[in-house]
Amino acid sequence: MIYTVQGAPLFAYTGGKSFDPQKPTAVFIHGVLNDHSVWILQTRYFANHGWNVLAIDLPGHGKSGGKAPGSVQEAAQAIIGLLDAVGVSKAVLIGHSFGSLIALQATADNPTRVNQLAMVGTAYPMRVSAILLESSLNDPQKAIQMVNVFSHSTLAPPPSALGPGTWLLGGSKALMRRVLASNPDENIFHIGFKACDQYDQGEIAISKVICPILFVLGSKDQMTHPKAAQGLIKLARAGKVVYVNGGHQLMVEAPDETLNALYSFCKIS
Amino acid sequence: MPGYSDPGFDTLALHAGAAPDPSTGARAVPIHLTTSFVFESSDQAAALFNLERAGHVYSRISNPTNAVLEQRIAALEGGIGAIATASGQAALHLAITTLMGAGSHIVASSALYGGSHNLLHYTLSRFGIETTFVKPGDLQAWRAAVKPNTKLFFGETVGNPGMYVLDLPAVSQIAHAVGVPLLVDATLTSPWLMKPFDHGADLIVHSATKFLSGHGTVIGGLVVDGGSFDWSGPHTQGKFEELTKAYEGFHNMVFDEESTVGAFLLRARREGLRDFGACMSPHTAWLILQGIETLPLRMARHVSNTEKIVRFLATHPMVSRVGHPMLERHPSHELAQKLLPRGAGSVFSFDIQGTRQQGQAFIEALQVFSHLANVGDCRSLVIHPASTTHFRVDDETLKASGIGPGTVRLSIGLEDPEDLIDDLKRALKAAEKSGNKSGGVA
Repeated sequence: MIYTVQGAPLFAYTGGKSFDPQKPTAVFIHGVLNDHSVWILQTRYFANHGWNVLAIDLPGHGKSGGKAPGSVQEAAQAIIGLLDAVGVSKAVLIGHSFGSLIALQATADNPTRVNQLAMVGTAYPMRVSAILLESSLNDPQKAIQMVNVFSHSTLAPPPSALGPGTWLLGGSKALMRRVLASNPDENIFHIGFKACDQYDQGEIAISKVICPILFVLGSKDQMTHPKAAQGLIKLARAGKVVYVNGGHQLMVEAPDETLNALYSFCKIS
Repeated sequence: MPGYSDPGFDTLALHAGAAPDPSTGARAVPIHLTTSFVFESSDQAAALFNLERAGHVYSRISNPTNAVLEQRIAALEGGIGAIATASGQAALHLAITTLMGAGSHIVASSALYGGSHNLLHYTLSRFGIETTFVKPGDLQAWRAAVKPNTKLFFGETVGNPGMYVLDLPAVSQIAHAVGVPLLVDATLTSPWLMKPFDHGADLIVHSATKFLSGHGTVIGGLVVDGGSFDWSGPHTQGKFEELTKAYEGFHNMVFDEESTVGAFLLRARREGLRDFGACMSPHTAWLILQGIETLPLRMARHVSNTEKIVRFLATHPMVSRVGHPMLERHPSHELAQKLLPRGAGSVFSFDIQGTRQQGQAFIEALQVFSHLANVGDCRSLVIHPASTTHFRVDDETLKASGIGPGTVRLSIGLEDPEDLIDDLKRALKAAEKSGNKSGGVA
């Protein structure tokens, strides 16, 4: 589904369902150089279990138009813009990596519009190494290679997204190459990494959050090590932590565990 | 991931997709000979059917042993995933029928395995899918053959048995310019000799019966998706509705919306395997996995043995032609140097000087080479294509494929190369003697 947000088309995958104002709404926000499809299994489950799903392609990514957000704050405004465009007063925000910071900032800016916040594969500060920042700018294909080695924890995942027979490492690389190619006007890889690296409002933001927060962390995550989330966890007013046996790409590497954590959190809160 | 960079080919050949079995600790991949898998709950059952959770339901659609094989070949090819099928022919059929129906058109290389030619030329045309065959090296012919309803380019990485190397970068460029994917049959090269996705291919099929299995024991096929082709991309002009429009047969799913890079595999498994049913037996998958674990070692030996035998044949007075791209006079020599730096494979043909009878005498005198219809076995094999694999192909088409009436095809195995050369020497002598008796050219 395409919505007009901040004057540009913004794509949101809905799990194949039409919007129902009677149902609660969950917004899924992807990380750097990903798109809505990283949430395929979780979003289909939510959509078929009583939820409106809006799994977005961030502005300037994939099927969405507009300029790629240059900061977490800018991206957060697009999320609230989407809620306005759809006509949703309150929603659950679920973000992965870069997307988790966007969800956090959007919640902090609009605490009464967010019922629950889930931060998947998160860290704060979300520093990006100098070599990755440089590679994402000057040699994106090399950076894609590096990121994917760090983002996966195994050569033999259990049945993963898209299901049996999927080679995750190849799938994640192909997706990044496709998303990078989707915007020939901007290097959205570098822009995304820079936004993560420069974001310095995490502590202030989490202090403004009044809703329950779920942290879903990969016990083998080398990109955003669970240790790097502890600062935020300590500051969270109503925080819950679930460790999932997987690397950074939890949603595809351990889709069931990730879904179970997200769905039970949203159900009981 | 154990290190800081992508695992190498040999590591992937052993480990991709497989870990010790969590319930038993078994280190080798278990053979899951079961038709079905018990659901944990009604909700889990519904979620599996509706692609909300990943898992196995019924072995026609997926199976844990097959899934290891599928991940492994995808890893070795640099793809995003794969589907194991009952045979190489089933793999080709699955790839084609996932992308098109009646009223569609394919542009294909004329240098194809006879079975593939049959499928395209005779069988699929009966179902309304037409194919135009072009010489693989004639780039203008690929361009000129494109029609508004063309949905696929198809060729073999190295054509069987003339060994014409497909100019993948050039042909894929032509395909992509008209919004069409390039499917290649990479059976004769295997990912050890060439990774077609690195050169522009979008989809790969294998007859896993050959080098991947490597022991001449099972029939199987694989379809691998590189995840590179944009089915709703700017040049496609809406021609891949199978992937870009809601499919009533599976929850009205729009496959390329569900998965940005995996739309093809989603439909191929959920329609093609489900409805055509040409799935692989888990036992077969296990045997192919056993083969793949030693693929790097075997391919190196196949290539080194082949080089010795090609050199021997190229200087033998009874041999008028050796069709292997390692030789400078082969039309694909230059391209092979570029695309196949590890070697152009171990299946090739040569012509014996003399009559058909002399050719027959040659084959019958061989003792180490087995006379049969297969390639890519660990044992060395021999066949006469004009009377066997390509017997339905007319002379003109045969010539276009680089096959003459006296052409003999060899598939070089892993025996001691000296024994293979001795066997060939003896058989060539027999052919010479046969010519002397019958007054043929010697």
